[in-house]
Amino acid sequence: MHASVRPAVTVNITPNIGSGAASQAAPASLPLRMTISKVNFFYGSKQVLFDVSLGIATNKVTALIGPSGCGKSTLIRTLNRMYETVRNARLEGEILLDGQNIFAQDVTLLRRRVGMVFQRPNPFPKSIFDNVAYGLRVNGTKLPLAEAVEKSLRHSALWDEVKDHLHKSAYELSGGQQQRLCIARALAVEPEVLLLDEPCSALDPISTAKIEELLVQLKDLCTIITVTHNMQQAARISDFTAFLLTGQLIEFSPTPQLFTTPSDPRTEAYITGRFG
Amino acid sequence: MNPRLRWRKFVSNFMLTMTGLCAVVAVSVLFFILGYLVYHGGTSINWNFFTKLPTPVGETGGGMANAIVGSAKLLLLASLFGVPIGFFGAIYLAEFSGGTVAYVVRYAADLLNGVPSIVIGIFAYGLVVLPFKHFSTLAGGFALGLMMIPITLRSTEEFLHAVPRELREGAMALGASKSRTIATVIVPAAYRGIVTAILLAFARVAGETAPLLFTAFGNRFWSPGWGQPTASLPVMIYTYAVAPYDDWHRQAWAAGLVLLGLILVVNIVARGILARGIAVPRS
Repeated sequence: MHASVRPAVTVNITPNIGSGAASQAAPASLPLRMTISKVNFFYGSKQVLFDVSLGIATNKVTALIGPSGCGKSTLIRTLNRMYETVRNARLEGEILLDGQNIFAQDVTLLRRRVGMVFQRPNPFPKSIFDNVAYGLRVNGTKLPLAEAVEKSLRHSALWDEVKDHLHKSAYELSGGQQQRLCIARALAVEPEVLLLDEPCSALDPISTAKIEELLVQLKDLCTIITVTHNMQQAARISDFTAFLLTGQLIEFSPTPQLFTTPSDPRTEAYITGRFG
Repeated sequence: MNPRLRWRKFVSNFMLTMTGLCAVVAVSVLFFILGYLVYHGGTSINWNFFTKLPTPVGETGGGMANAIVGSAKLLLLASLFGVPIGFFGAIYLAEFSGGTVAYVVRYAADLLNGVPSIVIGIFAYGLVVLPFKHFSTLAGGFALGLMMIPITLRSTEEFLHAVPRELREGAMALGASKSRTIATVIVPAAYRGIVTAILLAFARVAGETAPLLFTAFGNRFWSPGWGQPTASLPVMIYTYAVAPYDDWHRQAWAAGLVLLGLILVVNIVARGILARGIAVPRS
């Protein structure tokens, strides 16, 4: 059962810059924020990730795409060790953040550095202000809260909409606003990496467009990794795209290349809509 | 209109009427009981009822001031004892324990919930009354508190489980520890349900008579401190209702009305406080 199926394509840890799978290393101008090497992941005895290796470029948007059940959500949840909340989950392999092993760190400290936004907006049953301030309070910040909250809400392009009712319940916001509030909440603790697990799947097209636009702007603040099963979205917002299929990383390339000249026939089949 | 459609409309209307009727009956029971109590006991409720001690047998008038205070003391003690144990036990069960432990504790709590209240009374008698060698408020509060534990525990646990997983993960993703997540997100998200559950437990034991019969016993006078036998409304109702005096019967009705009224007041006040918080919308 142990990794009996190997990826057919050897995937380099860096995206295939240039033409063809032959090119190996990333340009020197592309520092990596996170490095995932040879990650195997199990729920109980069921293996869901097989030998996944990829590098996450600093201040870029990396998209994980693939059909439902391919392991993309599982992969993103390993990066802040959120999978540990699930019983019987087990991981083999190495994940580095700025060269440090994330498993050697305190998990709460890691999650401050690697923020996460979830599929469905999940504001806390608190006011808008308290939602954004939550992470700061938990981390015992010395910063003036009001300033930090305003800054985060501006970053998530929500400030103008909520500045006059910061003390209202977060549930009075629309779904799209709630999701931007969750992004503000994650940004407030100034993470180095922001993980987004299908952040737009519960939103209407207009809210989705706003969040996509936001993500592209947020690149300057932090490194972004987003899971999506919307290929157009990946094409619109990401710099690099990783395509996963049944727990294996099939292809990892700069986004334009993956969508125009995929090197693997399975990638081509997926992006042209033949399955998934 | 074809017969099939007509039949379906008929069934729909019939069922709608039936369900509506059942809802009306369910609500009207409360008003019926209230009305019945007011009818029989309303005339005996006056200022004296709340301020005077019971009169000696044969004299009319007097009140149940000692029983009202006694019930309040018993319930305070029971809540101080039963609510924290039930609440924190539920947090352990819902958030920290493994499957087997949770199963065993849950099962035990359900059994404890099903133990007849008179048996709880005997248990408290053996454990508190006998060693201290007399009946006391303490023993009564202990017995009632025991009864509050399983109700509080089971319902609190249910409400904690009902908190969406996304909220937990949201807090943990911000670097909150597990205990911090529980204290600042999970319990606040569940607290309306939890308080409602505690109120139910409170109302349930407020009317219990059997566990008090040989723990708090009864008292026709004031009961100073916590170590003396004390009067309580349910025991007073029991004693007065079975006595052969008409005046006592009226007072028993009045005591029932006061007991119900006090529970309603506690309930309304608590709900008023609850309404101010932010509730997690049902998805």
